[in-house]
Amino acid sequence: MRLLPGSRREPEPFDPTQPLVATGNLRRRNGVSVFIQGLAVAAAFAAVAVLVIVIIAVVSHGVKAISWDFITKGEPEGIGPTLVGSGIIVGIATLIAMPIGVLIALFLSEYSGRRSKRPVQLMMDVMNGLPSIIIAVFVYILLVAHKGQAGWKASVALAIIEVPLIARGTQEVLNLVPSAQREAADALGVARWRSVLTIILPAATGGIVTATLLSVARAAGETAPVLLITALGHGDTFHFNPLEPLPSVPVKIFQLSEEANPEGFTEAWGLSLILIAIILVLGLGSRALLNRSKRKLTR
Amino acid sequence: MSATPPAGTASLKLARSNRQSPARKRADRFGDVALRVICAAAAVLAAVVLILIAKEVFEGAQPSFAKFGFSFVTHQEWAPPLEQFGGRGLIFGTLITSAMALLIGAPVAISIGIFLALMAPAAVRNVISPLVEMLAAIPSVILGFWGLIILGPVLVNTVEPFLHNTFGFIPIFGSPQTTGASIFNAGLILTIMVIPIIASVTRDLFAAVPRDLQDGAAALGSTRWEVIRGVVLPTTLSGIMGACLLGLGRALGEAIAVSQVIGGGTESHLSLFKNGGTMASIIALQFNSPVNALHTASLYYLAALLLIIGVAANLLASWITLRFRAAAGGAP
Amino acid sequence: MSIDEQTFDPSQARNGKAPAPGRVRIRTEPLPGVIGAPAATESADAHFHVAPDAVFEAENVGIFYGPKQALIDVSMKIRRGQVTALIGPSGCGKTTFLRSLNRMNDSVPGFRIEGHINYHGHDIYGSNVDTVEVRRRIGMVFQKPNPFPKSIFDNIAWAPRNLGMRQGLAERVEKALRGAALWEEVKDRLKDSALGLSGGQQQRLCIARAIAIEPDVLLLDEPASALDPIATGAIEDLIHSLKGRFTIVIVTHNMQQAARVADRTAFFSLETRGEKPIGTLIEFDETEKIFGAPRDPRTRDYVTGRFG
Repeated sequence: MRLLPGSRREPEPFDPTQPLVATGNLRRRNGVSVFIQGLAVAAAFAAVAVLVIVIIAVVSHGVKAISWDFITKGEPEGIGPTLVGSGIIVGIATLIAMPIGVLIALFLSEYSGRRSKRPVQLMMDVMNGLPSIIIAVFVYILLVAHKGQAGWKASVALAIIEVPLIARGTQEVLNLVPSAQREAADALGVARWRSVLTIILPAATGGIVTATLLSVARAAGETAPVLLITALGHGDTFHFNPLEPLPSVPVKIFQLSEEANPEGFTEAWGLSLILIAIILVLGLGSRALLNRSKRKLTR
Repeated sequence: MSATPPAGTASLKLARSNRQSPARKRADRFGDVALRVICAAAAVLAAVVLILIAKEVFEGAQPSFAKFGFSFVTHQEWAPPLEQFGGRGLIFGTLITSAMALLIGAPVAISIGIFLALMAPAAVRNVISPLVEMLAAIPSVILGFWGLIILGPVLVNTVEPFLHNTFGFIPIFGSPQTTGASIFNAGLILTIMVIPIIASVTRDLFAAVPRDLQDGAAALGSTRWEVIRGVVLPTTLSGIMGACLLGLGRALGEAIAVSQVIGGGTESHLSLFKNGGTMASIIALQFNSPVNALHTASLYYLAALLLIIGVAANLLASWITLRFRAAAGGAP
Repeated sequence: MSIDEQTFDPSQARNGKAPAPGRVRIRTEPLPGVIGAPAATESADAHFHVAPDAVFEAENVGIFYGPKQALIDVSMKIRRGQVTALIGPSGCGKTTFLRSLNRMNDSVPGFRIEGHINYHGHDIYGSNVDTVEVRRRIGMVFQKPNPFPKSIFDNIAWAPRNLGMRQGLAERVEKALRGAALWEEVKDRLKDSALGLSGGQQQRLCIARAIAIEPDVLLLDEPASALDPIATGAIEDLIHSLKGRFTIVIVTHNMQQAARVADRTAFFSLETRGEKPIGTLIEFDETEKIFGAPRDPRTRDYVTGRFG
């Protein structure tokens, strides 16, 4: 029993010997806290739900299209050439992007002073945030306008997208290499370039591969650069020549979605399923690799 | 760089001469310089590419800029055959869809960040966190396709009529179209894209708030939410803003998914349920089949505007994050 | 029957101060540990014959972090208005025990407690207990000052605002700062950031923050260990002045500090039970006895500096 019935604003007189249940305005505050935490849980749940819904849609619709013919034959029965075309475009892009990305990361972690580090870092952030449509427009102007479409030109565009991703991932792993190793190499009189190439880079290999896989996953799904640069690629027969326009998976999905043909939709779902499966595998594989290489470096 | 021994130490000289010949020393020095040059060259290459991008896009926009000047931004009509190009509708569409993505997405994403960093036990966090990041890994073309085929009809049949009937007096909730393509649809798709970005960044921000600060607040008899509101959120405020800017940059530049679900219109209306277009989506839709040279130049003009806004958002985000890290680190 | 709580407050009785309003208790059942209830007009000597109420009563407390046991067999009574010091070498569970008194260990993974800790007769770890309410009544000041990145005023006013104490906020802040011996130094810059204060000032700010909501108990976890000697002296004076208003439990590594400040002292140490040494309470008594004539040889060794 309380002596003074406190107003709603001022707290009631405080009696510490009462049981330890919520007194004063704590009931209300607890309610608010629980409610808001409930909202946070709901938000997380909603995000996961959206993911599940999208994946289920892709799987349930796409599975109908998948067959051995689908994967190996050309249009109109299958998308084999499109898969190959995408593979070639992304492959060349990664071949271009990986050395450049690793070199830039090396520059940032080994060779940059305080003055040069910030601008280069900023530059990588800007490049990372560039809308892919702008990159597409740029490569179009530079390489395609008046000169014609080709698969390798799309690779150049994708490489611009991949470089900052590879650079960032490599940088993270390079930072994990204990400076003690660098100092030990220096103290032994080993030339810097030797220690970089034979000690530091090999230690970072896991992280570099991870970053590369992740950027491949990203590039595989990029539509805009490829759309503007090699949309003429046909998926009817297998093309292996990057000097010609090549078909590409995301572009094909886009084209099919813009047509109003429901039969095309099934093909698009099938393509989507394959694309998501590839990305999932790349993502999971790189995550496993990343954990392993991080554990090795920080042991 | 190879270390040189102090001069005059005979035994050291002997030892070194056993290990390193002058030829090897020369090779080492050359190697050091070469590697440094190659790495720097890569960085320079990236810088050159960025500058080139800006240059080419602005040059390509030149004919359209010469004809329309800044009135491009204020005029609405986009009629390629008539050589009339006004970007207002598209700029408007970009702003509306991005605003919607942030208005809905930021609070949801921040809540997810709070959940993952401050509420979920480790087992739950290790499952939900990758799932949220996986949302970001879905290619935009697939999300756009899903938005067109699956989300669109749901919106047209249930959500949009409900909103129109309940809130139709507000002009943004006009009458729904027959197709599922609408600004509303595009806004939702962008929201889905923006959420994982903001959520992962804020999750890391919240997890980094010092434990003893939160303990101090809890020891004063505060509820969990009060600790978050009083200590965690204020300390991470600029970081949150940086995260939102990153999400904004993503939303502004998304061309493909938006073009699939927004309907390809070029006018600005108030109703969310009508067709529309954004700068990025129009470029994606019309670039491959320009009607005339001025059309292409106008598309470049849009690209130039997009470039400016996108880079500005990105730079602002980087600057805020830098300042935030300095402020957090500078606290005694 | 109503009893004025302030009767049991030695310092207030000595000064003849009127009891603060609002601290009125209506007792419906006898409290443990009270032998008779002197009326308000009794002389100040009353506190020598009557032990003050037990605020905390620990019964065979054992604390585990996962499989590892950090504390075993702790039983003690902490009495109202007194300063109780917990001393002992590092790693013997003093801080663990302290933090268990206001459930701050709940967030430590694997934390488990056996036995009971009763606060005014209620088990702190009971099933209906609201942890926030526990912490509202039992405040804590930590080893390292942890002011919020807000202004000095807002640091102090934050918790009262949450609790709904919106009227007289400025007076409450001033009273808390005066109570923490910080008012004169900061009264002209209340809007400045608390992070600009020196270490000693920040710690006094944290104490002011804790007393601003007028808790029943103050737990101090080595409050002066991160501070220089002058700041340490200020903190000790502060504890003296807070004695009586609050029940204080302080963990300290500094034996001289415990001797200066505490009414009763508890000596914790490691004792090998089975295979591993586990922290436990060795001896608990009036401070003069612990330092002057300890009963346990381990206590004697510690307080005479022979180890630890």
